[in-house]
Amino acid sequence: MIAAIAFYVFAAILLVSAGMVVSARNPVHSVLFLILAFFNAAALFLMAGAEFLAMILVIVYVGAVAVLFLFVVMMLDINFAELRSRFQQFLPIGLAVGVVLLLELCLVLGGWSLAPNSAAMRTLPIAPDVQNTAQLGRVMYTDYILLFQAAGLVLLVAMIGAIVLTLRENRGASRRQSVARQVARNPGNTLEMVDVAIGAGVTMADIRRPLPEATALEHAGHGHDSHDDDHGHGHGGEH
Amino acid sequence: MDAFLNTSFGITILTFIEALAIIVPVLILMAYVTYAERKVLAAMQLRKGPNIVGPFGLFQPFADAIKMMFKETVVPSGANKVLFFLGPMLTFGLAVLAWAVIPVNDGWAIAKINVGVLYLFAISSLGVYGVIIAGWASNSKYAFLGALRSAAQMVSYEVSMGFVMVTVLLCVGSLNLNDVVLAQQHIWFCIPLFPMFVIFFISTLAETNRSPFDLPEGESEIVAGFFVEYSAMAFALFFLGEYTNMILMSAMTSILFLGGWLAPFGIEPFTWIPGPIWLILKIVLVLFFFLWTRATFPRYRYDQLMRLGWKVFLPLSLLWLVLTAGALMLFGWLPHAV
Repeated sequence: MIAAIAFYVFAAILLVSAGMVVSARNPVHSVLFLILAFFNAAALFLMAGAEFLAMILVIVYVGAVAVLFLFVVMMLDINFAELRSRFQQFLPIGLAVGVVLLLELCLVLGGWSLAPNSAAMRTLPIAPDVQNTAQLGRVMYTDYILLFQAAGLVLLVAMIGAIVLTLRENRGASRRQSVARQVARNPGNTLEMVDVAIGAGVTMADIRRPLPEATALEHAGHGHDSHDDDHGHGHGGEH
Repeated sequence: MDAFLNTSFGITILTFIEALAIIVPVLILMAYVTYAERKVLAAMQLRKGPNIVGPFGLFQPFADAIKMMFKETVVPSGANKVLFFLGPMLTFGLAVLAWAVIPVNDGWAIAKINVGVLYLFAISSLGVYGVIIAGWASNSKYAFLGALRSAAQMVSYEVSMGFVMVTVLLCVGSLNLNDVVLAQQHIWFCIPLFPMFVIFFISTLAETNRSPFDLPEGESEIVAGFFVEYSAMAFALFFLGEYTNMILMSAMTSILFLGGWLAPFGIEPFTWIPGPIWLILKIVLVLFFFLWTRATFPRYRYDQLMRLGWKVFLPLSLLWLVLTAGALMLFGWLPHAV
């Protein structure tokens, strides 16, 4: 009784918030509704007795993916009026995707009703006294180890892709801290004590900290005007 | 009595009382952590700290609470009202929610779920939402910058924290927090897994936005970060949330590495003291390290923080995880799965 009520409550909130993801006017609200939808999906997992999946859903999707999502969406500068005016244009594509997904779902469920025996094949028989964390581990690391490794490889490719896309060509343009060089630095190669005659002043061109080799070469190549007053501090940012 | 406790009404009442029995001590401890912080900082800076309200200034937390309650709540005109108040509530609510699975003695937990460690990890990773939502809903530059910093920081340190937890779980063979503590009967995990213990403690500092990783607040550069627009009780909720989170993280450190409610060495004079007292003593010890760090270290620069998280802790914890797994496999110490 209570389980049934809880199921309908969670399912209803899930559906409503999924609808709000699409229809909310503000994209930040959309992401927040998406997070609410994740939570309710996790609750449904819990009710189905899959507590490991529920927690992983919250940790991975809510705790990490959605945070980055929110991060990006908050910083976007979107013209809502323009976006809404093109709603008509995108409607057919969205509808087509939805219809295809619906048909596929019907096909799977319909298949079960046509051939009732196939429904039993969708689950692996495992001893009922084993916790579902251990069950998942056994299935994933024994029967499906190759698929599991392949999935890992796909993720690795995606990660390398992301790094390649974000790595900029002009490395010298951003300030980098080399901790080793800072630690290795001593007063001997940055300081020089000079006796200055009163009223004479001093110009010491050679005691400035040398520029890092890479950036120095690059800047020479680009032919920027030289900064004679560039004492000491890290080079590159001012250009 | 037993018959009554087995009815669904009885179970509801019992759960309610159990929840109060853990939330009330946590809140009292939280109030006195704020007092202890000021006293410890004062002692380390050769000052006196709060000493006017009550004996030794012991009623200072309550005076602060009353002051907060009677202040005016100011809502910025451009703020998103619902989200503006959702942020602090979420921060505090999540900090309290996590206590449901903390075992204070053998089998003494409100919810004895068998994925307790994952639950704690999930709840602590959600804490960032309170900060992000508050920063965005305030409609202020500084608050927003604080929120962005917080989001990047918490996501970075969660990864290495996850690896540390996996290492501990490998040695335990169960996700149940009760089993985690019982597995440390012979030796506390802080000894064989000492590097992981250090990484975990530093990550908890980053996760709770405490000094030296308190960049989301960064009062010298972005005023007060994400809660710059908050006043009165809304601000107090952030404050309470931060301290409750600190206590929670200390409890987590105690349970994962310092043997939870177990007495040191398990020998005679120590075992006379009951388990919950030991857990509280350990929590207080870890909390003292939080305060000590705050009094000692200057704030990290933002790129240094990111470098430490991604380039130092992540490879180190991954390496130690592989080493631990290899050692357990090699010597046949792998705990049997339940």
